[in-house]
Amino acid sequence: MQALFGQLLVGLINGSFYALLSLGLAIIFGLLNVVNFAHGAQYMMGAFAAWMAATYLGVGYFWALLLVPAAMGLVGVAVERLLLRRLYGLDNLYGLLLTFGLTLIAEGLFHQAYGNSGSTYPVPAALRGGVNLGFMYLPLYRAWVVVVSVVVCAASWFVIERTKLGAYLRAGTENPRLLQAFGVNVPLMFTLTYGFGVALAAFAGVMAAPVYQVTPLMGSSVIMVVFAVVVIGGMGSIAGSIFTGIGIGLVEGLTRYLYPEASSVVVFVVMALVLLVRPAGLFGRQR
Amino acid sequence: MSGRALRAWAWAAMVLVGLAAPYLVYPVFAMNVLCLALFASAFNLLLGYAGLLSFGHAAFLGSAAYVTGITLRTWGLPTELGVLAGTAVATLLGLVFGALAIRRSGIYFAMITLGFAQLVYFLVVQLPWTGGEDGLQGIPRGKALGVLALDGPITTYYFVYAAFLAGFWLIQRAIHSPFGHVLRAIRENEPRALSLGYDVARYKLLAFVLSAALSGLAGSLKAVVLQFASLSDVHWHRSGEVVLMTLLGGMGTVLGPSVGALLVVTLENYLADVGSWVTVITGAVFVACVLAFRRGIVGEVRALVRRSFIGGKP
Repeated sequence: MQALFGQLLVGLINGSFYALLSLGLAIIFGLLNVVNFAHGAQYMMGAFAAWMAATYLGVGYFWALLLVPAAMGLVGVAVERLLLRRLYGLDNLYGLLLTFGLTLIAEGLFHQAYGNSGSTYPVPAALRGGVNLGFMYLPLYRAWVVVVSVVVCAASWFVIERTKLGAYLRAGTENPRLLQAFGVNVPLMFTLTYGFGVALAAFAGVMAAPVYQVTPLMGSSVIMVVFAVVVIGGMGSIAGSIFTGIGIGLVEGLTRYLYPEASSVVVFVVMALVLLVRPAGLFGRQR
Repeated sequence: MSGRALRAWAWAAMVLVGLAAPYLVYPVFAMNVLCLALFASAFNLLLGYAGLLSFGHAAFLGSAAYVTGITLRTWGLPTELGVLAGTAVATLLGLVFGALAIRRSGIYFAMITLGFAQLVYFLVVQLPWTGGEDGLQGIPRGKALGVLALDGPITTYYFVYAAFLAGFWLIQRAIHSPFGHVLRAIRENEPRALSLGYDVARYKLLAFVLSAALSGLAGSLKAVVLQFASLSDVHWHRSGEVVLMTLLGGMGTVLGPSVGALLVVTLENYLADVGSWVTVITGAVFVACVLAFRRGIVGEVRALVRRSFIGGKP
């Protein structure tokens, strides 16, 4: 029983990260029509930036949680302005290939500098320890990860679905040219949206730093799963990608308890099953 | 000079260079180039002509390499049967993955194929007969067709070269056949092809299976040449590498992927000692190709030739 809840908790943590990352992917894809392959690399860079800030500059966890996404968001703005912008209007596979190239560059550079082995980022002092819930022991930091992820996801959902800014974003997703005709600065919106998506990935990276090992390859292993999550959920709905992310995390946790050997492949099996039954994805619309 | 004559010259040049290659460069290097050129050409059939970006082609290359390795090493089959077995498994995988992946189009297609390739990767890591992290080492080259002992590099080279030419010929036949034209029609305008009465899903699936089968052939040959099958053959870096070869050489051109394979293998050979810089440089070439060089080398040359000799639009 203890083991089952333990695995489900790990699944919930992983699922929170899947949700955060697939949310960012969905927002970027929705407006820019670019599949941001570099999302995993940006998540990895977020974790590394937090670790580097702590190691070289002595910046604490909570400051990192604020500053790293901001800095990475600026990097995202630069990438959009200098590189991605040149590809709008072309087949969207070029966006995927460009960000794939950026992923290789980032991973190669960090690999060159820090090698294969991971570095550990300490759990912040305020969030050490845990609570005994009777049926299981709940480390405080893990609870924090789940709560913060859910809050960030819910806030993003609220902004996109219920505010004026979100209405612009949704209008831009439907028809950017018409929106521009109404006087909205759509190119700026594209830039900021990409920056926000990257910041979200970096935020997830900082959150992940104390949970997982900080390694140059941590991003690509997670982004593969996130892509499968996106296929399963469909990128059409924000709430859908959040639910699918957490759901897949839980399914993985359950599998790890029942049949550990299959835990790394279960998500792809689920993807195949969904494609058989509902080709458009659980929450998607076929286009 | 007409396009047809130009193509004949290109063929003649390629056959001659191929025949002379083992005497000019290190034969194993030349064979490696041939295998990856076949792989990239098979991939290009799908990306360049059907417009389907598969990000999981390593699954076919790698699984065929492992199957060939097992049949040759453990079961001691003759080389040609081992190669056929690898190709057959890749074809079967292509049929299953293709049937599922073509249910979605565009960018989802890329993500789905990537997911399936990860599935294959994890299976290869965990299954007991694949050697896990070590891969399969010491695969014997064996005897081809009962008479041809593949112990010398030159003999092996011509065996691989014959298989390459057969695969390459099949690909360019497919490209210039009515089937290839339907594929291009689907790439340009899928609803229109559908409304003209073409069974689009079937054409896509056939292209996918053909591409997977020939990628498998390339993987099997690679296992015979290098005498090992390793995890890097099923890793997603391999899937990205084949995209790069095709893009660099020129997607949608017959010769482009082979040129791209030659360049990428040469680059990796020269940069073998500099560690992760290979990855960085590969990524940079990717970015440069996408931003400034989307037609690729052969595509640019073709446009130049057309402008200067034929006078048609580039």
